[in-house]
Amino acid sequence: MNISRQEIEDFLYHEAELLDEWKLEEWAALFSSEGVYLIPPIGNPEANVNHSLFYVNDDRARLDQRAKRLLKKEAHVEYPHSTTLRNIHNVRIVDQDPDGIKARCNFSTYRTKRETLDCFVGVSEYTLVEENEELKIKEKKVILKLDSLRPHGKVSIIL
Amino acid sequence: MKRYVLEDKLKSEFSVNRKVFIDQEILEVEREEIFSKCWLFIGHKSELPKNGDFKRKKVGGRNLLFTRGNDGEIRVLYNSCPHRGALVCRENKGNSKVFRCFYHAWSFNNHGELVGMPGRDGFPEDFNCDGSKNLKEVSRLEAFRGFVFVNFDTNAISLEEYLGNAKEYIELVADQSDVGMEILEDPQEYSVRANWKLLAENSVDSYHGMPTHKTYFDIVATRGGELSKDNLQGVGIDLGNGHAVVEYTAPWGRPVARWIPAWGEDGKKEIEETKKMLIEKFGEERAERISSYNRNLLIFPNLIINDIMAITIRTFYPISSDYMEVTGYALARKDESETFRQRRNDNFLEFLGPGGFATPDDNEALELCQEGFENNKEVEWNDISKGMNREQPLSNDEEQMRAFWRRWNELMVENAMGVRI
Repeated sequence: MNISRQEIEDFLYHEAELLDEWKLEEWAALFSSEGVYLIPPIGNPEANVNHSLFYVNDDRARLDQRAKRLLKKEAHVEYPHSTTLRNIHNVRIVDQDPDGIKARCNFSTYRTKRETLDCFVGVSEYTLVEENEELKIKEKKVILKLDSLRPHGKVSIIL
Repeated sequence: MKRYVLEDKLKSEFSVNRKVFIDQEILEVEREEIFSKCWLFIGHKSELPKNGDFKRKKVGGRNLLFTRGNDGEIRVLYNSCPHRGALVCRENKGNSKVFRCFYHAWSFNNHGELVGMPGRDGFPEDFNCDGSKNLKEVSRLEAFRGFVFVNFDTNAISLEEYLGNAKEYIELVADQSDVGMEILEDPQEYSVRANWKLLAENSVDSYHGMPTHKTYFDIVATRGGELSKDNLQGVGIDLGNGHAVVEYTAPWGRPVARWIPAWGEDGKKEIEETKKMLIEKFGEERAERISSYNRNLLIFPNLIINDIMAITIRTFYPISSDYMEVTGYALARKDESETFRQRRNDNFLEFLGPGGFATPDDNEALELCQEGFENNKEVEWNDISKGMNREQPLSNDEEQMRAFWRRWNELMVENAMGVRI
């Protein structure tokens, strides 16, 4: 698969827009059939999921459930929905191999609700593949560049 | 004397004044009477497997070093240079023979003894011969079944006496493996914009389960863990000394050792083997209790050991009356297979923690309570009466919270504020 950085940027901007517009099922559909969504421990992005406590370790089924849950009125933390803004910067292609394209970007994601603004910053690592002639996410790993989830207290939105 | 906790057994009514969640002066008394006198959990022995291992911990507002010295002894040292006060250790964890304060380069071995200082000739020969310039050690450190606690009050009763009836429930966790339990690496460090006591209540509150976590139970149902009338049944118990527990059945799978269809035939085989091991060791009845029943245990004031779809250990401390810092650990059997560890961790992350499908909704509930308390001049009292009209309160009653408040009231109002306020 031959792909330019601009095409990857367009893809990432599209993903960010879906999330900011709370089109979460459309977001889940960006993942390949084996897609995974991960938030490893802060400060230990290469941690082994069996030996360390992650924040999120979603296989394809669970990331679908995450999207569906957040659209329910009973997902209290996000009802009414918070307002979010995602900025994507420093997009770079790291590697292209038969397993897929490895791309990386910096992100700053703002969430505000009940007059409280929280900012999540970090690096997202993507493995992108082609499935049914469409670009899909095989893995999205969100590496938070924070000391802890304080004062945020939670990652209730999708990063 | 102002009263904050009212228990009227005749009317089956239990009330807590909302001022206890917002008042800065009450927090100051809590720092004295609770966080300087009660036994506080610092960590699990498995966190320090090798000599020289250390972890920084914040316990009861103190900056501490949880260490295993070269002699194999576990110690807790104040992370503060006896010379001018700076933190001597800035790494969150590691292994080291020496802690060195960078400010004036005083160095201490991992027993806390001062072993090096520049310009030694400017101090008298007998400097530190009384040990007063060593890293100060927390004087009371005791452990029960791998759970290590500290107490800043030299006159405190022993840990075992303090834990009292709660010991039985800690043992039901500690007994789950022949070779011991271990804490997973990288505990979750998060916060809630609410008073710390709200999380003590919430962590043992089964009454909120269905309304707050409906979306989670919907997902459990897709795994074959259907809710039936036999689920979420059990009891709530005041264990004394402020400790309390709920013990109940639930629809989720338990790595020790309750199977759900989503785990398949292989999973069933491993669960059966685990159960067999438990029966051989503890007999049918205790094995059944360990494997099929869930327990949310509150050790007063702020240690939670929830043995549910996974095991979480949680502590939390007030930074201000409306903001707490939380640390969430996962505890697991050392000897479980990789597949079962994965199932356990999937269970954990799906429900627990700041990225799970349940904990964020708890945070939201607690923060909404805190916001609602702004009305406390006119709307003064919380109601915690559920189940007072029953001889044996159920797990989705509120007896376990009443246990917390009874002890809080003894320490804060009867012992302390009775004099001070």
